[in-house]
Amino acid sequence: MENNSTKSVSEKIPFWRDVRGLRVLFQVIFLVGVVLLSGILYTNMLRGLRGLGLTLNLDFLNNEAGFGIAEGIAYEPSDTYLRAFWVGVVNTIRVSVIGIACATILGLVIGIARLSSNWLVRNLAAIYIECFRNIPLLLQILFWYTAVILQLPSVRKSLTFFGHVFINQRGVYLPSPQPTSGVKIWVACLAVGFILALILYLARLRELRQMEQPGFPAKWALPTFLVVALVGWFLTPGRPFTLELPALKGFNFAGGIYLSPEFCALVIGLVMYTGAFIAEVVRSGIQSVAKGQQEAAKAIGLNEFQTLRLIVLPQALRVIAPPLTSQYLNLTKNSSLAVAIGFPDLFNIGNTMMNQTGQSIPIFGMIMISYLIISLATSAYMNWYNRRINRIGR
Amino acid sequence: MRLSRVHSEGSDEIVADLENTPDDSIIICEEVHKWFDDFHVLRGITTTFERGEKVVICGPSGSGKSTFIRTINRLETHQQGRIIVDGIELSDDLRNIERIRQEVGMVFQQFNLFPHLTVLQNVTLSPIWVKKMAKSDAESEALALLERVGIEEHAHKFPAQISGGQQQRVAIARALAMQPKIMLFDEPTSALDPEMINEVLDVMRELAASGMTMLVVTHEMGFAREVADRIIFIDEGAIVEEAAPAIFFDNPQNERTQLFISQTLQH
Amino acid sequence: MRGKRRVGERTPDVTIKPPTDSKSMLQWLKANLFNTWYNALLTLLAVVFLYIVFKGILSWAFTEANWNVIPANLQIFLVGAYPREEIWRVWIVIYTLALMLGLSAGIWGGLALRLAIVIGSVGGGLGIILAFFPIALSNRFGLLGGVAFLVVAFFLIRGKIGLRPWVLGGWLLSFPWTMIWLHGFAGLPTVFTSSWGGLLLTLILAAVGIVVSFPLGVLLALGRRSTLPVIKWVSTAYIETVRGVPLVTILFMAQIMVPIFLPDFRIDKILRAMLGITLFSAAYMAENVRGGLQSIPTGQYEAAHAVGLNYPLTMLLVVLPQALRSVIPAIVGQFISLFKDTSLVTVIGLLDLLGIAKTVIANPDWLGLQAEVYLFAAIVYFVFSYSMSYISLRIEDALGV
Repeated sequence: MENNSTKSVSEKIPFWRDVRGLRVLFQVIFLVGVVLLSGILYTNMLRGLRGLGLTLNLDFLNNEAGFGIAEGIAYEPSDTYLRAFWVGVVNTIRVSVIGIACATILGLVIGIARLSSNWLVRNLAAIYIECFRNIPLLLQILFWYTAVILQLPSVRKSLTFFGHVFINQRGVYLPSPQPTSGVKIWVACLAVGFILALILYLARLRELRQMEQPGFPAKWALPTFLVVALVGWFLTPGRPFTLELPALKGFNFAGGIYLSPEFCALVIGLVMYTGAFIAEVVRSGIQSVAKGQQEAAKAIGLNEFQTLRLIVLPQALRVIAPPLTSQYLNLTKNSSLAVAIGFPDLFNIGNTMMNQTGQSIPIFGMIMISYLIISLATSAYMNWYNRRINRIGR
Repeated sequence: MRLSRVHSEGSDEIVADLENTPDDSIIICEEVHKWFDDFHVLRGITTTFERGEKVVICGPSGSGKSTFIRTINRLETHQQGRIIVDGIELSDDLRNIERIRQEVGMVFQQFNLFPHLTVLQNVTLSPIWVKKMAKSDAESEALALLERVGIEEHAHKFPAQISGGQQQRVAIARALAMQPKIMLFDEPTSALDPEMINEVLDVMRELAASGMTMLVVTHEMGFAREVADRIIFIDEGAIVEEAAPAIFFDNPQNERTQLFISQTLQH
Repeated sequence: MRGKRRVGERTPDVTIKPPTDSKSMLQWLKANLFNTWYNALLTLLAVVFLYIVFKGILSWAFTEANWNVIPANLQIFLVGAYPREEIWRVWIVIYTLALMLGLSAGIWGGLALRLAIVIGSVGGGLGIILAFFPIALSNRFGLLGGVAFLVVAFFLIRGKIGLRPWVLGGWLLSFPWTMIWLHGFAGLPTVFTSSWGGLLLTLILAAVGIVVSFPLGVLLALGRRSTLPVIKWVSTAYIETVRGVPLVTILFMAQIMVPIFLPDFRIDKILRAMLGITLFSAAYMAENVRGGLQSIPTGQYEAAHAVGLNYPLTMLLVVLPQALRSVIPAIVGQFISLFKDTSLVTVIGLLDLLGIAKTVIANPDWLGLQAEVYLFAAIVYFVFSYSMSYISLRIEDALGV
């Protein structure tokens, strides 16, 4: 087969049959559709806003808010709307972080209990999970709020725990640690302890490398740091912290840490509900570690605790991390149910701002962007964590 | 062999000028190049396949032989060069792609039967939806094909209920149902248990005897020697050697071919 | 692994039974509750915990609680303000669905049959309770009637496979039919959506959310997997934005923004809630469907192209039927969480089951009965949600996914 005398065939293909042309065409049509739709909605919106006598800008954020916020960072009704919104953002983050921490602990405990060899414990955990998973969260929050917390005894008849923890229908009062003048001395002790610990850590790390042995590099550093911290605590004149105790003054308690009924109901509801889901995540994660792994661990002589810590959990963690992230995100988003019981989270405050200013569109934008930022930050962190645990142990 | 442009009313595609070609070529590949990202898979493949010719394509794994036959029905897009199948050039023209896919049947290594459809539905799917045949006609033709490949009694089973060899025979029937002029086989027996290989090869032999144009990527050298009119050896994305089986096996010219044959025949 | 016996393997002449390990009660207790010292401790702690909780709950439930609030308000819990003289229409809907379920069970057997058995027995149990307890309800034998419809339909159509397309069509029509029928047409007096409420509204909202969001979700999922960048990015942006935002936000937006964006249409509160739920649900549905699409091997696309199918036909005939089948459990899961999430419409002032519970509590006749009312609502939600997750487990078994 020699020389093929070939004519050029780069024929012009009609556009309706050209794969590449069609790809471009489809996208253009789609984009035009999207733009057209948003254009219609936008003009409608402008018309509607004109009817209400509103303009679309963010100037109102600098106006005085004029409404009070029951709890959160420092804020006065005379502050701006922007500040009020920020109070809500911080409250949402506070509820979410505390909720996530507690729900993780609860979920871990229930999830492991679900796999217990004890029949009663195992089934109690199962009942817990099924009950709290299958009842709407909002119903649970309302129940805790109106049927439990608001039905607690009045201030004067507070339930008292350990002498200094008071619970009543106005909320929970806890002792709070307050730094004294001696705190600086203790902090200095901590710094010394940290440097010592760091030296020991690095030395141990090098030793382990040289011996080419696996081991726990903080074996000496950690106890050293703890001992120095503890000794420093007792050496500090007058102790570095004192406990500020809540005490009944007039009609209410003063001092200490105060948790409002709304905050308590929201956190309890979120923790109990999300805890049940996390327990399921933990259970299936542990079960996903092949039985052969546990048998192999037993075969090389590890005991039950070592098997769990060295073999099962590291592998389960990899399976658990992604669904756990989505549970954390769910908890954060669900904290918006605060609006139903009047806890001032970002959505609730945004809602109040909308009612006062009528600027629903920019405020909705701010609310959505805030949630999206929180969601993206959480999932970015969890993705980073996920990558880390996937890298280790491979 | 020459190409020229034939303009006829209502049609402006390129066809092979048959009058000027002594041979009867059905697939023409000229300087076909393809890259996967930076990896140069096909490095200028030029060859021609005759009508009714049976060609076995072999080569070490990763040599680009599968990629090459997949460019012929455009499961892979070549980035340079030309491929003309039965007078239709493979280009971005949607109509040409559709036509070529109806003229070229393909059988895959992993069978790729549609698991949610019965054997019969697998075979009739395309005739009914692409060729717009009446369901009853499509079914009677499909049953005839299934009989030809010897599995008419399994027509109403699902693919998961029959053996690998049977599945591959259904896949052949499915490809034949479009009445293709060319059949491509991409390692049709590689995923099969040894005892099932022959039942598939028998069907392929019968098909070869019926005069079908066949391009077969395979490691079955016995089949190649027996059925092929020509063997193409591809390595590193280029044709290293092509020859009739007798010459190819008994007197290979290229070193790499010699090495490949000695390694393959050891098994 | 084949279970074939190799030639020459000895077959035992006498079959020896495995040692029976029927344990005595005491042995069982020892093995399951007191096998180690810490398990014994855990058992004791659990027993004490159970004792305290049960004693508290039981003494409250039988001495302090006032349960009269439930039967007295049962009707509004179930249908809200739906007029009393029109409630027979709700029964017709229940009978229609029972009929359809019975027909499907008869024709398809398998999964549909198991579903019908679960729903039939739950309905039958509730029906017996309703029929033999003095509860003020328009039709005390209604639920039993529904179960009868189910059973009769099952036996009538059993094995008539040729009727499959008709039953499928019936299911497709049952949804709009329910809406129109409950709303009223022709001679029937109109019952505006504003008076739909209670469990009826909860179920309708969840059903609308799933059924309407389904096609939207499929399109979004296909869009997100598209090779056309513009379509891919727009779909991805929509899905991720909606999934990053709480449902409450979207419900409020639907309430406030729809009248601003669409001033020319009068869309009532419930329709706006449905719109919000549907747009929300579509994003989650899209992610479920995408999971299914990702599970389809490329070989399926290649085979479809090789036999000459174009993109729409490939999707419609080859890819989607397989992908959707594999995501049925995920879709049921989404339905369950949507069923619970519909309670959020309470926040925008709709009277779904939870909303009704709140109004009952606020009623001066029934002051101070929060615990009773919320517990009742919780039990209703639990029964539905738990039986649905039971069904979804059965579906997973049946599909082997």
